[in-house]
Amino acid sequence: MTHAETKRQLWYVQRISAMVLACCVVAHLAIMIYAVRGGLSGAEILARTQGSWLFGAFYAVFVLGCAAHVPIGVTNIAEEWFGVRGFKSTLIAQLFTWGILILGLRAVWGVIAS
Amino acid sequence: MTKTLAVSVWRGKEEGGFVSYEVPRRDNQTVLDVITHIQRNVDHTLAYRFACRVGMCGSCAMTVNGKARWTCRTHVSQVAENGKLELAPLANLPIVKDLVTDMRDFFDKWARGLGQFKGSRTRKDEFEKVRPDSKARMAADAGIECIGCGVCYASCDVVSWRPDYLGPAALNRAWTLVNDQRDTQLVERMKAVAGDAGCHSCHTQGSCTERCPKQLAPTAGIAGLKRQLMTTPAGGK
Ligand code: SF4
Ligand code: SF4
Ligand code: FES
Repeated sequence: MTHAETKRQLWYVQRISAMVLACCVVAHLAIMIYAVRGGLSGAEILARTQGSWLFGAFYAVFVLGCAAHVPIGVTNIAEEWFGVRGFKSTLIAQLFTWGILILGLRAVWGVIAS
Repeated sequence: MTKTLAVSVWRGKEEGGFVSYEVPRRDNQTVLDVITHIQRNVDHTLAYRFACRVGMCGSCAMTVNGKARWTCRTHVSQVAENGKLELAPLANLPIVKDLVTDMRDFFDKWARGLGQFKGSRTRKDEFEKVRPDSKARMAADAGIECIGCGVCYASCDVVSWRPDYLGPAALNRAWTLVNDQRDTQLVERMKAVAGDAGCHSCHTQGSCTERCPKQLAPTAGIAGLKRQLMTTPAGGK
């Protein structure tokens, strides 16, 4: 695949993931505001989230959205502001993709596993 | 109105500096008049470029008080701040001398974005009928009046960050041809304008559209290219 074609595809991935993330953020904020209305402790939160697959699925989508969206943006910034190109910019993208995936999914697992 | 203008003008090449001149203030004076006054009456060695003086040729663009403008149709009264003018060559292009830039990159990029029309009919064929109210024709119309002044190119941050970025004018040109039903190079052109040297690098912030003296909207054309490329691969798989 040509460089131009890769970049073309990534552009659409970034836009679509942005839409997914926008929905996720709204839902996330709504859930949070609803859940902590009367104050809530960590233990109480865990009691609700543990074993909730729906909750897990929602945040897994959130993490996947971030893992798709963030690396593209970060690479663009690195390319445009710091003149990074080629192998280095691929490396930055990979680092962010895997970092977000591993840390994010681990965190989701942490709150739903009982 | 102040009777004189304090004008500082870029002299030299990439290395150089601003030199101050005093120029008499006149009614309806344009920025180009100011430069011409300096060149004719103060320092004959000042280099600048113009041709038509009526906003058609696109050769007189410069940086006036920090912003790219066409100078022949910019009145001093619109831009002078406290009787002061600062004139520099266009940004994002190599300086030849003083206020003259080397526009080769700018026009080479039009060629790279396949800015040339190529039809299939000869003079022996019938004229092709293009409906003036068709969507494509109207889209082409909206971008067609470009005079190639380079104001948009000099105002685009992405051009300065990505030297191979085609830039607003070349992409605007490509968009007018994409909307020309007679043109036969659509597939190659879409390849040429895809990716990070093409439309996908545009940040859609619209400095080009804000500054274009012909009130064109390259940003809108670039968005059109992105829409079209959603379903067209850039090829070369
Ligand atoms: S809208 Fe796009 S082409 Fe126009 S100045 Fe901004 S980045 Fe450049
Ligand atoms: S699009 Fe506007 S600013 Fe850009 S070269 Fe054409 S006329 Fe000049
Ligand atoms: S001199 Fe021709 S556009 Fe200004």
